[in-house]
Amino acid sequence: MEMISKFRDKDIVKRLLDNIYKESKADKIYNIMEVCGTHTMSVSRFGIRGLLPKNIRLISGPGCPVCVTAQGEIDMIFDLLKHNDVIVAVYGDLMKVPGSDGRNLLELKAEGKDIRVVISPLDVLKLKNEQKKDIVFVSIGFETTNPATAGLIDTIVSQNLNGFYVLMLNKTMPEIIDVLLDDNELDVDGFLCPGHVSVITGESLYLPIIKRDKAAVITGFEPVDILYSVLEIIRQINSKNFYIKNNYGRVVNSLGNEKANKLVDKYFELADSMWRGIGVIKNSGLKIRKQYKYLDASERFGLRPSDKSEIDGCKCGEVLKGKILPNMCGLFGLACSPENPVGPCMVSSEGACAAYYKYEI
Amino acid sequence: MISTTMKLGGGGKATNDFIKNYIIKYFGNVYLNELRDASKLMINGNISFTTDSFVVKPEFFPGGDIGKLAVYGTCNDLAVSGAKPKFLSLSLIVSEGYSLEKLDKILNSIKHAVEEIDVKIVCGDTKVVERSEEPSIFINTTGIGELAVDLNNYNKINIGDKVIITSDIARHGLAVLSERNELNVDTEIISDCCNLYKIFEHVGYDGIKFARDATRGGVAAVLNEIKEHCNKGFLIEEDRMPIEESVKYLCEFLGFDMLEIANEGVAVLICENDRADEIVLKLKELEIAKNASVVGEVTDCEKVLLKNIYGGLRVVEMPDGNLLPRIC
Ligand code: SF4
Repeated sequence: MEMISKFRDKDIVKRLLDNIYKESKADKIYNIMEVCGTHTMSVSRFGIRGLLPKNIRLISGPGCPVCVTAQGEIDMIFDLLKHNDVIVAVYGDLMKVPGSDGRNLLELKAEGKDIRVVISPLDVLKLKNEQKKDIVFVSIGFETTNPATAGLIDTIVSQNLNGFYVLMLNKTMPEIIDVLLDDNELDVDGFLCPGHVSVITGESLYLPIIKRDKAAVITGFEPVDILYSVLEIIRQINSKNFYIKNNYGRVVNSLGNEKANKLVDKYFELADSMWRGIGVIKNSGLKIRKQYKYLDASERFGLRPSDKSEIDGCKCGEVLKGKILPNMCGLFGLACSPENPVGPCMVSSEGACAAYYKYEI
Repeated sequence: MISTTMKLGGGGKATNDFIKNYIIKYFGNVYLNELRDASKLMINGNISFTTDSFVVKPEFFPGGDIGKLAVYGTCNDLAVSGAKPKFLSLSLIVSEGYSLEKLDKILNSIKHAVEEIDVKIVCGDTKVVERSEEPSIFINTTGIGELAVDLNNYNKINIGDKVIITSDIARHGLAVLSERNELNVDTEIISDCCNLYKIFEHVGYDGIKFARDATRGGVAAVLNEIKEHCNKGFLIEEDRMPIEESVKYLCEFLGFDMLEIANEGVAVLICENDRADEIVLKLKELEIAKNASVVGEVTDCEKVLLKNIYGGLRVVEMPDGNLLPRIC
């Protein structure tokens, strides 16, 4: 806690803001993307946008794992529940995400489907299972959570446990960063790089960013972290000297977490993956290796993602690519609100639309 | 283990024995002992009347249980309406197979709560329902209180009035979640479940214009509810919000908004501007309100806004009723 309060210190924040005002040039617009959903939430929750000069724009990127999950992938969970009497374990964020028929898992649970919220994959092993049903863990996430799913599989394999399956909807960061960088319409000068992801991957992930003359700063989630990194990005842009800066050194080792990566590597291989509103990106997802295929829920229950597109009017794809602000989607706050969401961006606790709806004035 | 069976709620000998050996034993008083179809009560002047059902799971949690909650919950609704709680009804719905030992523990806890508040249980009912999954218990209490002043009149709220939170927030919700083992973290958070009438007994009503307890949906729900009815807004300040450090960080860790977590012993008071500090000083003399604080004021902007320590503002929305922990 001591540690956290330092990163929320009022005086440090004030000093950083002073420097940001001093060093940013009034006639220049600085477009900075926070790739990670947790950053988006922090920015909104601490009211950081309102504290910055108007010409510094913080744009949310594709960093919320629920939001980037394609509609067809979400529908797989619903298909699974519709045709099988199983226990489905999910992270809390998924409960409110609508399937393409508009209903969500909270509603299905109320109807009697056996859906449980877990905080970590290993909780799956502790679920009460009186009817001895198959248990399926729906795994979503980026590099941050991928090792935890690998850990679950590792336990299932090493202890020879029966009746556990994993539905893999995981995605990886490097490819989506490439997609963003290749997008000519996207006008971003620097990236607040996700702290949690970097803990696992290390710094090299962001090399493509600086090669395109854009700033890459690995950032924690407290106000001091974020403002310090914004200042760093402004400095890099002003000096045109771009390099990867690790502002989350208290947690991120430049080489990443070798042990976690090994575990991920043992059980998963890269696979093409469908991103919401963006489409299929080559090698941007993970699937369970052949050898452990018997644990793959999509094999066991014959699930395939449909190519169902997003509901008409939903601009999640544009929001995820940072092309529009959430409130520029025609459905924002009207047909789409947290009680009645159209896209996951509006309900996930890391979703950009939810952050704007909930917190921005 | 002795447990409840359908007989207990059937109206025959078993029911009578239960009323005698449990209900009268614990709650006997001049009104109840007559065991009339309906109790004859005397009350002077205006009354407040309210009801609530309690379905909390698990029924025992750090700092309380469903019985204590059923008494405090309803009595607190009376207290924050400006009434002194006088009479309660007590209805139990238990599923067959529910342990009598646990039921006894809950009744005992109800007894302590009614004695503390000095309210009388004057009627009640027990039903046993068929067992599904785990045997459970639900409790409904209805309460009548003598109204001293009307603390629920939205018209009294003016721009510039101060908002007081009487105790540190978010403990009850987290205590219940942690007891359910849903948080997967070891906590020692204890529910704040307590008798809010003590506050008015000690501080009186002078200078207090409006009150409400911040139960389900927490402080965020209460302030939004009041906002809807009085067409004004609130500006509250994060660093003045009483909350234990450990509770605050647990909320953040799990992705919960501290303002949305349920409380059982926290009242939101809206007070005359120039009386607020003095009211807080008086409140702090009470153990249950030792963390009371002026947290903000009524504004004309028709939104609930939270100012953080850096001066950044954010909207506090009406919670949607689902507390779900986030991914990472
Ligand atoms: S506001 Fe709703 S519909 Fe529009 S992009 Fe966001 S989630 Fe999709």
